[in-house]
Amino acid sequence: MQKLDSKIPDGPLAEKWKNYKAGLRLVNPANKKKLEVIVVGTGLAGASAASALGELGYNVKVFCFQDSPRRAHSVAAQGGINAAKNYKNDGDSVFRLFHDMIKGGDYRAREANVYRAAEVSNDVIDHFTAMGVPFARDYGGSLDTRSFGGVQVSRTFYAKGQTGQQCLLGTYSSLSRQIAKGTVKMFPRRDMLDLVVVEGKARGIITRHLLTGEIERHAAHAVVLATGGFGTVFYLSTLGLGSNASAAWNAHKKGALFANPSFIQIHPTSIPVLNDYQCKLTLMSESLRNDGRVWVSKEKGDKRHPTEIPEEERDYYLERRYPAFGNLVPRDVASRAAKERCDKGYGCGDSGLSVYLDFRDAIDKQGKKAIEDKYGNLFEMYEKITGINPYNQPMRIYPAGHYTMGGLWVDYNLETTIPGLFSIGESNFSDHGANRLGASSLMQCTGDGYFILPYTLSDYLSDQIRVPKFRTDLPEFEESEKKVKERIDKVLAVDGSQTASSFHKRLGKILWDHCGMMRNAEGLIKGLELIDQLEEEFWKEIKIPGGADELNHELEKALKVVDFFDVGRLMCEDALQREESCGAHFREEYQTEQGEAKRDDANFAYVAAWEYQGPKAKPVLHKEPLKFEFVELKERSYK
Amino acid sequence: MEIRLKIWRQKNAHTKGKFETHHLKEVSPEMSFLEMLDYLNTQLIEQGKEPVTFEHDCREGICGSCGLYINGRPHGPMQHTTTCELHMREFKDGDTIVVEPWRASAFPIIKDLVVDRSSFERIIHAGGFVNINAGCAPESNSTPVNKIISDRAFDAAVCIGCGACVAACKNSSAMLFAAAKVSQYALLPQGKVEAAERVQKMVKKMDEEGFGFCSNTYGCEFDCPKGISVDFIAQMNREFFSAKVCKPKAE
Ligand SMILES: Cc1cc2nc3c(=O)[nH]c(=O)nc-3n(C[C@H](O)[C@H](O)[C@H](O)COP(=O)(O)OP(=O)(O)OC[C@H]3O[C@@H](n4cnc5c(N)ncnc54)[C@H](O)[C@@H]3O)c2cc1C
Ligand code: FES
Repeated sequence: MQKLDSKIPDGPLAEKWKNYKAGLRLVNPANKKKLEVIVVGTGLAGASAASALGELGYNVKVFCFQDSPRRAHSVAAQGGINAAKNYKNDGDSVFRLFHDMIKGGDYRAREANVYRAAEVSNDVIDHFTAMGVPFARDYGGSLDTRSFGGVQVSRTFYAKGQTGQQCLLGTYSSLSRQIAKGTVKMFPRRDMLDLVVVEGKARGIITRHLLTGEIERHAAHAVVLATGGFGTVFYLSTLGLGSNASAAWNAHKKGALFANPSFIQIHPTSIPVLNDYQCKLTLMSESLRNDGRVWVSKEKGDKRHPTEIPEEERDYYLERRYPAFGNLVPRDVASRAAKERCDKGYGCGDSGLSVYLDFRDAIDKQGKKAIEDKYGNLFEMYEKITGINPYNQPMRIYPAGHYTMGGLWVDYNLETTIPGLFSIGESNFSDHGANRLGASSLMQCTGDGYFILPYTLSDYLSDQIRVPKFRTDLPEFEESEKKVKERIDKVLAVDGSQTASSFHKRLGKILWDHCGMMRNAEGLIKGLELIDQLEEEFWKEIKIPGGADELNHELEKALKVVDFFDVGRLMCEDALQREESCGAHFREEYQTEQGEAKRDDANFAYVAAWEYQGPKAKPVLHKEPLKFEFVELKERSYK
Repeated sequence: MEIRLKIWRQKNAHTKGKFETHHLKEVSPEMSFLEMLDYLNTQLIEQGKEPVTFEHDCREGICGSCGLYINGRPHGPMQHTTTCELHMREFKDGDTIVVEPWRASAFPIIKDLVVDRSSFERIIHAGGFVNINAGCAPESNSTPVNKIISDRAFDAAVCIGCGACVAACKNSSAMLFAAAKVSQYALLPQGKVEAAERVQKMVKKMDEEGFGFCSNTYGCEFDCPKGISVDFIAQMNREFFSAKVCKPKAE
């Protein structure tokens, strides 16, 4: 049985990181060269960490499954990145950003970690600017900001609707610089399939070379996972199709606890499903809710064209229900409100599964040009996908799986329960509690990579300087490689008749229906049963053409689906044990009379961290109690 | 709708490729082009055949993974649209659609429609960055940047690295790709310091990688899914010549 120690330093909130950092051990420059670090992932988290570690002089090996690190899914982030600069003089501060995130996360995140993320946010913006990231500016030449959901200040820095791309290309440029210098070696087109643990410490990984199928062993003194989110577990999501849980999941099987797996954010504004072959939902950035108004008809099943529905027959339900925040309520609240209207029959479109996001008033007031400047590329994207011009008629939107707040459990050092295995960015669980506020992920990923991990990892490595370079012929590598090969042979051997995607799609539907925006005990138990049945069928029916020794997308997909079955089960288990509603986790049994989430702080103010027990065995739950010393727990109200 | 696909199949880099024809029924105009290929692949797999391999990830026009040469144009017939954003409603019932990989010697074919674009990586490694370590950045607003300049740098920075510019060019030139990066940094004060060295290194690398020269036919701009302007090529040329004249030289 493992024991959880979050290693949160004592002292006043604002002093914790500063004092802790000052006490961390360092590695002498001459010794850094002798130490090797593996970083898996080249999104904002992985690329920033790898380049910062390279700058320090460590020997870094970086992995990603795409052909280039520049294609990590961080590239798709649209709206922006938060920082507590207070450039608008509107009362922002590190404390307010921290407080907004704690409240937005419905009091299910650690105070100390969140405060630190807010604290380094300003350094992140400064570093991006210095690296030549072209953030939007105002006419005086200063950086511009805009507001995002769930907050009342304007602290979101942006680059049109392509903030993620510009930030990622910034971190990619610093990564490229280290690759050129030789401190970082890049391994693209690799799929991490296992973590290698030697004498209780993370010492390497097993990868599959995606072009040749070769199974490779890589050793290092420490391993960092920055493998992003696993929202693709729903099949339809706003993530890239290659996004997966496999790297984190296989680390979990090797002993890393997995925290809050059921905390998955369903984003309120995605383009709805348009056809049955669709495998991806495209996000329309939350920033659109700054100017767009969300509504449905007051009449059930209204089939009129939206522009023909007169003002008084429109129900601006967010403004009606939440007058203080209106269209800018946090994501979980906005998503459930949309589902509520659609479930009651007020939804629009043929399927009735969408609501309007309307820019008519904003265009009237600010002019088309102003709206185009802010959201031009998003409007274009919408038109390309739907064939409808949102300048002339409202967009149709619906919630979609988007962001995993849960992930590998880490302590204050961002270290998992396996010594020497660190996890940063979306792949860990640490900063967003039960719901993430918009524009705070890019901030967290980059803060983790450039400004936090380099300190805590150096502390870990400081007593590793006498440990010689690891050899990959150790029995642990041997064993790990053997297991991976067996896994591959096992799926290839089935030779059934159905594709990996068809199973993935059905699994996604089970989870969306039973462990999605609304959950209840009965449904979750049902979900667990259905997953077991589907998995059984998978092992009889999966068909993978081609072999293991070549570029084989079908094999890659099938291996991911195998892990998604396990992840889906853990999501249901986690949602089942949490008998309260908080943030994105909404249990129908626990709601207020007005239909809002009803938290139970007395019994559930903890992080649920799960320990793997074996293939069919029930996982063990560990609870890390959350102590709130600096904020008062309140009902989260946006009314 | 019904369509006829003439699609390039090639087992690997060492074998010869050829076109294969497939008839697809019940294609929905709402499908994206890649969803249509998924639909084809599902049928191929169910018939026990090998699916067509193509690259993709974000499926929303931003990661630059996808890139097919469709009916003689990179990313197909629609302007400012990546392959993954292209929808079948742009085609007609009964159409024949020819699908090929990018063709350029600096982008060798790996399998079917997948090519190796690592030459782009090496151009960036040659100098596509600002030399600054984490921890030494000044306060962001300490250097104001004229909005027009900064917006222009953004217009250059939107490149997704897909390679359409190379595929569109009869000389397989990577000028637009390199120029976008060179210009983004040359325009901003943060990148200006090293502008002269950067442009020389990146241009040198581009030549070494086997990309062709630029003969100003502007196919690259026309087919760039992000609409990056050839004005940046002019800007790069200016940077390049002024760097030559007033040193400092790349080694
Ligand atoms: C459409 C969209 C819009 C968003 N908009 C915003 C926004 O405006 N603001 C904001 O703050 N956040 C936003 N987010 C969230 C944010 O973009 C992500 O949380 C964040 O970018 C994740 O970064 P990351 O570095 O953790 O992971 P990613 O960028 O996803 O990178 C994961 C990396 O891991 C690698 N990898 C994964 N699995 C393996 C494996 N098995 N083997 C080898 N390599 C592997 C991948 O190749 C990749 O390099 C958005 C998210 C989406 C999907
Ligand atoms: S798949 Fe990402 S740009 Fe097309």
